Amino acid sequence: MEEAAISTSTSSDTVAEPAVELEGITKRFPGVVANRDIRLSVRRGQVHAIVGENGAGKSTLMKILYGMQRPDGGEIRVNGAPVGFRTPGDAIAAGIGMVHQHFMLADNLTVLENIILGSEPRRRGIGIDFGAARRKIKEISDAYGLGVGPDTLVQDLGVGARQRVEILKVLYRGARILILDEPTAVLVPQEVDELFDNLRGLVRQGLTIIFISHKLDEVLSVADAITVIRRGTTVASVDPKDVTARQLAELMVGSELPSPETRESTVTADVALAVRNLTVRGAEGRAVVEDVSFDIHKGEVLGIAGVEGNGQAELVEAIMGMRPADGVITLGDADVSGWSTLRRREGGIGYIPEDRQRHGLLLEAPLWENRILGHQTRKPNVKGPWIDRTGARADTRRIIEEYDVRTPGIDVDAAALSGGNQQKLIVGREMSGDPVVLIASHPTRGVDVGAQAAIWDHLRAARAAGLAVLLISADLDELIGLSDSLKVILRGRMVADVDPSDVTPERLGSAMTGAGEEA
Amino acid sequence: MSSSFTDRLLGRVRLGGLLGLAAPLLAIVFAGLVTSIILQLTGNPPFETMKLLADYGAQPRTIVMIINLATTYYISALAVAIGFRMNLFNIGVDGQYRLAALVAAAVGGALVLPAPLHVGVTILVAVAVGGLWASIAGLLKVTRGVSEVISTIMLNAIATGFGAWLLTTDRLAVAVSGSNNIGTKPIPPSGQFPGFGLIPGTQAKVFGFVVVAALLGLAYHILFNWTRFGFDLRATGKSESAAVASGVNVRKMVLLTMVLSGAAAGLVGMPQLLGASYSYSLDFPTGLGFTGIAIALLGRNNPVGIAIGALLWSFLDNSSDILDLEGIPKEIVIIMQGTIVLSVIVAYELVHRYRLAAEQRRVSRELSAGASAPEGVAA
Ligand SMILES: Nc1ncnc2c1ncn2[C@@H]1O[C@H](COP(=O)(O)OP(=O)(O)OP(=O)(O)O)[C@@H](O)[C@H]1O
Ligand SMILES: [Mg+2]
Repeated sequence: MEEAAISTSTSSDTVAEPAVELEGITKRFPGVVANRDIRLSVRRGQVHAIVGENGAGKSTLMKILYGMQRPDGGEIRVNGAPVGFRTPGDAIAAGIGMVHQHFMLADNLTVLENIILGSEPRRRGIGIDFGAARRKIKEISDAYGLGVGPDTLVQDLGVGARQRVEILKVLYRGARILILDEPTAVLVPQEVDELFDNLRGLVRQGLTIIFISHKLDEVLSVADAITVIRRGTTVASVDPKDVTARQLAELMVGSELPSPETRESTVTADVALAVRNLTVRGAEGRAVVEDVSFDIHKGEVLGIAGVEGNGQAELVEAIMGMRPADGVITLGDADVSGWSTLRRREGGIGYIPEDRQRHGLLLEAPLWENRILGHQTRKPNVKGPWIDRTGARADTRRIIEEYDVRTPGIDVDAAALSGGNQQKLIVGREMSGDPVVLIASHPTRGVDVGAQAAIWDHLRAARAAGLAVLLISADLDELIGLSDSLKVILRGRMVADVDPSDVTPERLGSAMTGAGEEA
Repeated sequence: MSSSFTDRLLGRVRLGGLLGLAAPLLAIVFAGLVTSIILQLTGNPPFETMKLLADYGAQPRTIVMIINLATTYYISALAVAIGFRMNLFNIGVDGQYRLAALVAAAVGGALVLPAPLHVGVTILVAVAVGGLWASIAGLLKVTRGVSEVISTIMLNAIATGFGAWLLTTDRLAVAVSGSNNIGTKPIPPSGQFPGFGLIPGTQAKVFGFVVVAALLGLAYHILFNWTRFGFDLRATGKSESAAVASGVNVRKMVLLTMVLSGAAAGLVGMPQLLGASYSYSLDFPTGLGFTGIAIALLGRNNPVGIAIGALLWSFLDNSSDILDLEGIPKEIVIIMQGTIVLSVIVAYELVHRYRLAAEQRRVSRELSAGASAPEGVAA
């Protein structure tokens, strides 16, 4: 605590009383202290950022403020008055809204239904007044440029759109204090800018925003105040004007900012994965991926740049065999177009899904069983038709070691891991067993700067050993830094090839929106 | 997010060590209490009534009957539990076993084969019929998206009608001599499953099928905990989307699980058929499938838990006979059974919360002892 370089007192000169004050918050989980004596003061009409490494206790603290979890000790004051929320309902009533790190939407309901769920407008006390709800949603959506169609099924939305629905839902309920837990993890820069514009608009109207992110540049550009949490406790409160991203990283983890640079090429002449004329149709028969072709060679990282929702998710699911598609996919010499997901995985395709909790984990199963998931026909997890517990458990320990997954043990459920640590576990798992091709959607989503560097190192090492990677990422620095070649996807089509050694994030960003199709 | 209530209800969240034992004990104590109150209110002395049940239940002959009925319950609950592990609610165990027993009885009665083969073929027929009948519900779910709850309930009704149609003297039945009952042609001795005199002090024999039931429980345990297939099945039950991404063919799993559950259901009627009645007649026991649902819940889909649940249920069923003789309504036992199921659900919930609180206290104790040693991430 004393080691904090730039430490100031938690409350600065208070003109108005703070919107939120947390004092001495402590929360324990089996085997872990998530929060210990946390102090935090958030002024009204500010964007207050909270940063800290994976598992530092950020989400837990926010869940406490939102009434989802009860603290073991400490006091919460909202607008000066002490509160004791028992449920999120209490927090909502006090004007607090939260957008979670992991989506909390019901897949099989529409956007409208999801938004009004739990606070349905009533017509004469009985029937649900859908008309009123629709109007109000449209109003908010237009006011903040959130552009989401109220009648789309949530399961048909990409992660970016889901994020906006989550925010809309919170605004709809009239929140004056907004908690955003890693809202930008899967957004590309333009979307982030848009979101920040929205946030500034909200702040001007007197709303208060608490914002968690691992992207330190973003934090510096949007926040009015920053609190750093390390190992469950507040170690510093800093003014963004006084620090650089590098200093912030050092405060968080005590390490330097990593860079994803990879210049020495390891690309070979052997094609590992070839995709020809791939077309994927959506529910209404419209092509969401259209006539896409590319090769990835051994030792090559092919980056796909694009604004979320332009067909990336469908492309990935088609390659994994989770979604029917026309076209030919060749893995090495084998035409795998007709293969099941299992066979493709056995053939050596690793898969880091964009939504880790939906597609990557069994939340209510221990870590070692999650090690088996997706690899349930291969060593060291199985021997013939039998599960090899010893093998799987030993290998889970290896992953935890190599990928620095912070956990009390391999028998805890995956749900007990912090978001970034869940991600590290998945990356470690998918890099196991020497994959030939890795399909990586946002591989460092939600991991802290230190862990991000470690994952990049692992990817680089595997690439040098001949791994072919299809990389999809909203982090343009990561995309440009890791990729050997880049393609831009727009409305389901590959619209441009870009040389990563000769492009800036700005230029790539405009190519992604279709502004620079000549690139 | 912590575990959901359904996950805890269906035993997909484990409780370790002694706590796993505490919950059911708590439940039984609580159920005993509630029943005592009811007995008191209805003007029957609770303590004496309980003692009556216990004494009668401890008689050698009753013990045999308890074990025999429990064998049947056990298989039925296992069949239900197989589906539960994957979020499939096979309400159709009832129809599956009745149809399976009827056809198997007819085949067994018609065959002439050496002993072990005769028994084997009869059992196989039962398993096949149970599996086939359940596969209809599986197919409907996989191809048409029909909820298995609905389809199995319907199939129960159809099985009843179909069974009645088959069990006529024009088809599979013959008149049972000395009564106006009709049933299938009795299975000759070569097709009967020999029982054994396990309990001293009575002539009554324990069903030989109890061994099969025990083996079935073992197979269930091995299947779910040690095999790839069991892993896929549990994974699908926990998260369908993650299972799909991991390469599990969910449709195939749904169908297979349904067939497996039905195949196990096919065995439910066997202890009775091959060990006691040797014929499927109009008074063949019904409703065993529904009892199975309650016992699967009681045993939380765990093979040992289910065994205890089955024995308890059977004990209550059998010893309730004595109550009638003493002028106490035997329906009191049904109330007891219901209370037990409810209390088990409540007790597990309580023990779960206790465990969480206890572990957090333990962590905080270790913390204050070791000063600031294990911060953030601990051991
Ligand atoms: N439900 C839970 N049960 C047990 N332990 C938990 C639970 N939720 C969180 N933890 C533990 O508490 C600690 C803090 O987790 P938290 O999710 O708050 O981290 P975080 O700062 O949000 O990290 P990230 O940046 O990875 O999202 C972690 O060690 C985590 O394993
Ligand atoms: Mg978090």
